[in-house]
Amino acid sequence: MAKVRPERQALRAHAALVYLFLYGPIAVLVVLSFNESGLPTAWTGFSTRWYAALAGAADIHRAVLNTLIVAVSATAVATILGTLLALGLERLKPRAWIDGLMFVPMIVPDIVLAIALLSFYTLLEMTLGLHSIIFSHIVFNIAFVAVVVRARLRNFDKSIVEASIDLGASEVGTFWRITLPVIAPGVIAGALIAFTLSIDEFVIAFFTAGAGPSSTTFPMLIYSMIRFGVTPEINAIATIVLFVSFTLILISQRINRPVANP
Amino acid sequence: MPESLRRALLLGPGLTWLALFLVVPTATVLLYSFFERGTYGGIDTILNIENYVRAVDPLYFGILLKSLRIAAVVTAVALVIGYPVAYLIATAPKRLQIPLLLLVMLPFWSNYLIRTYAWIVLLNREGLINNALRWLGLVDEPLSLLYNDTALVIGLVYGYLPFMVLPLYASIARLNPEIREAATDLGASSLRGFWTVTVPLTRQAIAAGCIFVFVPSIGNFITPDLLGGGRTKMIGNLIYDQFLKARDWPFGSTLALILIGVMMALLFLQAWFVNRQMRHG
Amino acid sequence: MSAVIEMQGVSKRFGTAIALDAVSLTIRENEFYALLGPSGCGKTTLLRVLAGFETPDEGDVSLDGKDLLAIRPNRRPVNMMFQSYALFPHLNVFNNVAYGLRMDRVRGSELEARTRDALAMVQLDGLEGRRPNQLSGGQRQRVALARALVKRPRVLLLDEPLAALDKKLRGQMQMELKRLQHAVGITFIVVTHDQGEAMEMADRIALMRDGRNEQEGTPEELYERPASHFVADFIGDMNFFAGTRGADGVRLETGTILRGHGDAGAESPAWLAVRPEKLVIAQARPAHAEDNALEAEVVDISYSGQHLSVRLRVPEADALVLAKVDTADPNVAEIERGQTLWCCWPPSASRILPRESYSEVRENE
Repeated sequence: MAKVRPERQALRAHAALVYLFLYGPIAVLVVLSFNESGLPTAWTGFSTRWYAALAGAADIHRAVLNTLIVAVSATAVATILGTLLALGLERLKPRAWIDGLMFVPMIVPDIVLAIALLSFYTLLEMTLGLHSIIFSHIVFNIAFVAVVVRARLRNFDKSIVEASIDLGASEVGTFWRITLPVIAPGVIAGALIAFTLSIDEFVIAFFTAGAGPSSTTFPMLIYSMIRFGVTPEINAIATIVLFVSFTLILISQRINRPVANP
Repeated sequence: MPESLRRALLLGPGLTWLALFLVVPTATVLLYSFFERGTYGGIDTILNIENYVRAVDPLYFGILLKSLRIAAVVTAVALVIGYPVAYLIATAPKRLQIPLLLLVMLPFWSNYLIRTYAWIVLLNREGLINNALRWLGLVDEPLSLLYNDTALVIGLVYGYLPFMVLPLYASIARLNPEIREAATDLGASSLRGFWTVTVPLTRQAIAAGCIFVFVPSIGNFITPDLLGGGRTKMIGNLIYDQFLKARDWPFGSTLALILIGVMMALLFLQAWFVNRQMRHG
Repeated sequence: MSAVIEMQGVSKRFGTAIALDAVSLTIRENEFYALLGPSGCGKTTLLRVLAGFETPDEGDVSLDGKDLLAIRPNRRPVNMMFQSYALFPHLNVFNNVAYGLRMDRVRGSELEARTRDALAMVQLDGLEGRRPNQLSGGQRQRVALARALVKRPRVLLLDEPLAALDKKLRGQMQMELKRLQHAVGITFIVVTHDQGEAMEMADRIALMRDGRNEQEGTPEELYERPASHFVADFIGDMNFFAGTRGADGVRLETGTILRGHGDAGAESPAWLAVRPEKLVIAQARPAHAEDNALEAEVVDISYSGQHLSVRLRVPEADALVLAKVDTADPNVAEIERGQTLWCCWPPSASRILPRESYSEVRENE
């Protein structure tokens, strides 16, 4: 084996510590969620009792259902609008203000977007509820979907669209038979990212949900539980949430892998 | 189909949505910032700049300065920790690069609340770290690790480190490895080659990474709330309080606009920096 | 042979850039026609006008006497093989080739049979199930060809069909394309920047420059009787001597007259052009008084199989000259660098061309 230079070894050690920093805290939660005692102080044996405790909690069921309603609706609308936007932007000369407009919802602090939307809804005298969360989530989801689809379109050979028309297809037929299937991995990946962001989003939902448990989403419930203190149930919830998010993102990465050229 | 109609059909719906739910609400906030709080928490539509005068009151201005300071420390820590990691990933064998990068990015895609909660579990008085220290006999009394600025900085670095690594990786990976080899060939030690070649060539990415970490850090309100325990307020918490506790929306709007102003200033600074770099090669 | 495509005064501008400048051409039935020229000469734009992806600003295009411009691109009896091949990455080879037939509502056994025929024609049988990214460059090229031919278009357009292939495969495919064109009896219009490729494959060539049709003709006509300095320079290697048109040739500044044929106004600036392989190298001034002869110094000699390439400096014309001489020629056996010799050629081997613009002079220097 080739000798590794000391600089490289130091770099590797540093990176190992950083990965430990990133995954250590998460790993602790996962391990504790299976601790019979539920306490971080003592390991009293493997148990799934905290998961069982979640199964019976009606407020959790309600919140999960609300989150799914919000995430599915917001993702569906944002995927369509974001994909169309990406296709449209592809036909324009690059313009800084449009890029800026797309970038803003991704970078603006969520508290600012949250109070802006709350002010706007209040001005319109709109009743708040799941629908207002959905409208709000669509804003940043459009941006994420459009960015992912645009990245996919960058590798898109536009001559295949001309080839399809040359072979007798109409413009609409070409969209359904050629363009959409070819960019589909990007669209699906964008949708999965939007869905993941939406099920995890807290601040904007918190501000635009209105009062009452009927529109409490799962992250809002987690927030109130965390503020109450450290409980074994949160560990179990955290483990499930981490597992779901990681799975969705890994799937989206796998689908949207660039096609390897021979 | 004429090209203009085709563009309108593609761009129209998305841009309309962004205009309606992003541009108009921001304009609403701008308008509110010039109004006054009404007697019962409503809004009196009297145009004035009272809110802006109030924002520079030491009580509030101090919090803004503190937010800037914390975000700056978080950014610096993330850069120092993140650059070597980005460098290692970018110079690793090709097949390892994407998995290693994905491992850095993955936590970002999970719930921010839960990631913050993990640090409560680690740092609280009955938490894992205090337990470990006591078991090792290093301390007798549990340390107050939580609810201070250090916990806040750790939480924010933890949350936004991926934003630093990603642009740095992209930039270092694009560098021609022969440039580094040329520096070594010309007699530079690898550390000297790093400072004189790699770092200057990735300045733009350093600026981008710093913005990506600084902006969400300064606007954050979850981490100060949960890890700062309400004792350490940042501007995000102040906005939160104005909207949901004091019910002074006009003043809250003013603070939000100041936050946007800081953010815009930074983005312009970065754009100016990038342009200057391009002009001078 | 009757005309398939007729173009009259076709012009196309992109902003301020003129891509096509009043181009007129006639392309005949069953012809292998090449649009040749350097990049940016308008050849690809011309092809895209025929396919329907660009609409000309002015001019008429007809196919079999009918107005082609009035037909939408997806209804034209014209198919194109794209430079990037533009294979549909999500469809396998069979479905790529069958795509055009499906658009014509061909179904069932006819679809199957015609697709398989097209694949057999390009020797791709057995690869029906592969995706484009599982094929080699040469195989992808064949899929693109089969896909464009399967609908039996009146005209097949080929945009730089061989550009993406390596040199060896390119030679094979030139032959293959010619064979196919004879077999299917369809008019082929090929765009290329490679004069060798155009000369080898085409029945006729239009050499384009700056959006204009500089000269149209058979490969032999273009090679032997170029109409301008540009054509003479673009096709093959050519030596040029600058001078003034006199009564029986071109007069160099020193007064020496080089004899030749061609059109150029009396006493106007002119080129005398001669191909390297027409030059004869001799130790002494030849006895044949009619022949052109210039004293030259050998600058460089390189061996390439059948012939020697000899570079010579001709002080009298202030020019560097390339001569390709047969290695078997006993005269050349003892040539050495630095030697002074005579460079001779018959008047019949040289062309006199007008020397108009400053840019031509620049190009030659």
